[in-house]
Amino acid sequence: MTRINVNVDGISYTDEVEPRTLLVHYLREQLGKIGTVVGCDTSNCGACTVALDGQSVKSCTLLAVQADGGDITTVEGLAAEDGTLHPVQQAFHDHHALQCGFCTPGMMMAVRDLLQDNPDPSEAEIREGIEGNLCRCTGYQNIVRAVQAAAANLSSTGGQS
Amino acid sequence: MTAVADPPAETTAEIGKSRLRKEDQHLITGRTTWTDNMSLPGMVHLAILRSPMAHATITSIDTSEAKKRPGVIAVFTGQDFAETQGNVPCAWPVTPDMVNPGAPSLAVTQVNHVGEAVAVIAARDKVSAQDALEAIDVEYEPLPAVLDMEAAIADGSPLVHPNTTSNRSYTWAFESGAAGTGAPIDDAIASPEVTVTRRFIQQRLIPAFMEPRSTVVQPIGEGVTVWSATQIPHILRTMLALTLGIPEQKVRVIAPDVGGGFGGKIPVTPEEIITTLVARRLGKPAKYTESRSESLMSAHHGRDQIQDVTITAKRDGTVTGLDVHLFADMGAYLRLVGPGVPLLGAFMFPAIYKFPAYRFVCEGIFTTKTPTDAYRGAGRPEATFGIERIMDELAVELGRDPMELRRQNWITHEEFPFTTVCGLTYDSGNYEAATAKALELIGWDELRREQAERRERKDPVQLGLGISTFTEMCGLAPSRVLGSLDYVAGGWENASVRVLATGKVEVVVGTSPHGQGHETAFSQIVADKLGVAFDDVEVIHGDTQSSVKGMDSYGSRSLVVGGIAIVQATDKVVAKARRVAAHLLEANEDDLDFEAGSFTVRGVPGGSAGSSMSMGEIAFATFTAHNLPDGMEPSLDSDATFDPENFSFPHGTHLCAVEVDTETGASLIRSYVAVDDVGNVINPMIVEGQVHGGLAQGIAQALYEEAVYDAEGNLVTGGFVDYLVPAAPDLPEFTTDRTVTAATSNPLGVKGVGEAGTIAATPAVINAVVDALRPLGVTDIRMPATPERVWRAIREGTTGGDRAASGTIAYGGARTGTTAGGGAA
Repeated sequence: MTRINVNVDGISYTDEVEPRTLLVHYLREQLGKIGTVVGCDTSNCGACTVALDGQSVKSCTLLAVQADGGDITTVEGLAAEDGTLHPVQQAFHDHHALQCGFCTPGMMMAVRDLLQDNPDPSEAEIREGIEGNLCRCTGYQNIVRAVQAAAANLSSTGGQS
Repeated sequence: MTAVADPPAETTAEIGKSRLRKEDQHLITGRTTWTDNMSLPGMVHLAILRSPMAHATITSIDTSEAKKRPGVIAVFTGQDFAETQGNVPCAWPVTPDMVNPGAPSLAVTQVNHVGEAVAVIAARDKVSAQDALEAIDVEYEPLPAVLDMEAAIADGSPLVHPNTTSNRSYTWAFESGAAGTGAPIDDAIASPEVTVTRRFIQQRLIPAFMEPRSTVVQPIGEGVTVWSATQIPHILRTMLALTLGIPEQKVRVIAPDVGGGFGGKIPVTPEEIITTLVARRLGKPAKYTESRSESLMSAHHGRDQIQDVTITAKRDGTVTGLDVHLFADMGAYLRLVGPGVPLLGAFMFPAIYKFPAYRFVCEGIFTTKTPTDAYRGAGRPEATFGIERIMDELAVELGRDPMELRRQNWITHEEFPFTTVCGLTYDSGNYEAATAKALELIGWDELRREQAERRERKDPVQLGLGISTFTEMCGLAPSRVLGSLDYVAGGWENASVRVLATGKVEVVVGTSPHGQGHETAFSQIVADKLGVAFDDVEVIHGDTQSSVKGMDSYGSRSLVVGGIAIVQATDKVVAKARRVAAHLLEANEDDLDFEAGSFTVRGVPGGSAGSSMSMGEIAFATFTAHNLPDGMEPSLDSDATFDPENFSFPHGTHLCAVEVDTETGASLIRSYVAVDDVGNVINPMIVEGQVHGGLAQGIAQALYEEAVYDAEGNLVTGGFVDYLVPAAPDLPEFTTDRTVTAATSNPLGVKGVGEAGTIAATPAVINAVVDALRPLGVTDIRMPATPERVWRAIREGTTGGDRAASGTIAYGGARTGTTAGGGAA
């Protein structure tokens, strides 16, 4: 077992983990952060995407020990403390960018990262930017609309929250 | 005094409004209840050992080492449950002589497909269970894989199941002359002026819902509570009771948040039965969650048909007959509705056209592959593909414009209701209107001109235009029709409406959503019917203890059948409320108008004291029961079970323009227009979303997805690396629009929308790809039309790829008979 220290959604944790434990399993099973989900076992679907030190990562592709000392944001930490939705969350709701909602946590975390890197993406850049996240319900069209709306909102409010 | 607020001052109709979804809040904040999120005190975690062989006898299993592994609580094999596990249920014996060899949840003596469950380990955590799998020692005696459907029913084929005499499960036939619904097909095909015969291949697909299946079972006394990622909590409850001999009233099934289904969560699964068996044997809660690779190889697949289609016509283009023969791959076992899936297509091959004569024969065949069952559209996408492809081929044969040929033969809007050659009565539709709108939206004539120019100048990038003028039968299903098709259950749906003391409303439904937005759409219906606020309606579903009766969600039935049950239940509430209102207003019931949630005495000036009562006031008066009509029970609550008299028939015209690079074989959808007529619409935003998602799956069948087996029966596309669920860059921006021809078969005028996009899209895309390549001598393309297949088709004048079952190992139909694992990796 290896000791790690992480901060997840604003809470500090110190835990013993097996070196082979994937970050997503640590989040779900040891921390109870069940908002982040597992959709595949080949790093294709992106449902498990979280932010590690501000960058989106597929938490099934990272060992928990690799996150030692890191600051992690999951979907559960996306909204403000007062419950105000993050612009990406709000846009997903406003534009019907989710149906079953299983891919949504990872998709939103990927979108958040995409908009950090490119605050005003074209439709093609959005589609390329979320290529690592699969959605089986929406056909992506409303996700693209939501990303455009979130981008507009973020730029009008002065950047990433 | 009442405890309720006044009704909203503004009383605009909720139906037809793009209400944002009630479902979203918990999904976008990660406060979800996926089954795998569940943890119960004392819960054991299961891992399943799966067969690496397509077909083999189990000669021995040694679990002794696995049982010694740390954290392992128990290991069970099929032998341990041989007397108790029964068979995974099949509810659709489509013919009296259908052969169902049985389907053990855990294999006992033989495995019949790769991925079949062979043993299960219960451990204190999931990792311990998975680690111990390698310590189970199974000896297999290999049997020959049975992969090709036609070879499987040829003389001398090895049998999949030793307790059968043939790999043919059933032959189901319909003929319009014999049925009395049309002319004899033999007359039509005996002396046609024009005949076109084609063989189309419906490749094997995988539903690939995003949430892997998961089941938690808690034994409680004699009974169990089951949480499962299922579309069918009610059917699962009944089937678990029947399969395992647990009294039905002791079985509670809960479908919490369910992450997509698309038919893939319709059957009762071996894993649900195994988890129940283990939990009961150990007396502990147990959880099983599949990995994606397990899901792809052991959750059921869809499609997989060989379609031999013959169409006959007069030289002037009038169609005279349609003769369809299907081979339908059941895989290794018959799942819940697997045998019936291709037969749903029996009624859809004639589609929107006025065929005088029709025959449909389907042979269901066992192979040593993953069982098949419903996948979005279930039988109807296959039929729509067959008819829309052959109409294009007939047009070519006759030298006619494919749309003009369709127009000549389709049912015109004046001809509804129209009884088709297979005996279905289409209540309403307007194919002309949808088509006119679609042609205009895509700029058809301009595209045709561009196509001609590109052909003229031999542009390496050719343009193809594809048409799909489709209909579907939705709203499964009239119980009497299901009975005539030998399905063992009905097709009704139940809803109950409870009016609370504060005037808030609970609606308990028997449908079971997994992404469709029922809570939102149903709230809109109830808000309008009772005149209460949208936010005052709570929709309750997915738990058989609260939603006692239901037939669940599939076949675009939730609104068309379940929504009508809601309407009928609200009508009963209003009738009861009217009685209370009449009593309290001292008026005759017949003199009360009910509008926007208030009863008003007709003829009395509005606003005058004692002239009207709101639903909230009536609810509170009923709750107190201080002054109700003599003999009336103090409740407005009402329940309704609706059994439709007919299916609904959404239709539409989908048009697709594809650019095909003849040098690389790459197909790029340049524009896709979908004009759907789904009748009246409750929530346009949700309808559009359903169409988008449906299109994605229909396009995916045309261009991307295929479950491929190698010559030994191994699923080569066993991960999302190889099974190509499209990502955002793989799909175009869709142009969607609607025409509205209200259904006349239900009081909402709705038709259903869940499957429309998937049913329509596949032939539109393939017709476009073939249209682009026709000048190059290509007359068909095997799906998915990958760049390799298209490239090969252009150069070889073929369809670009042989059938996967004959030993194809890679995308693009590399036609080799050898086996290799790396072809698609």
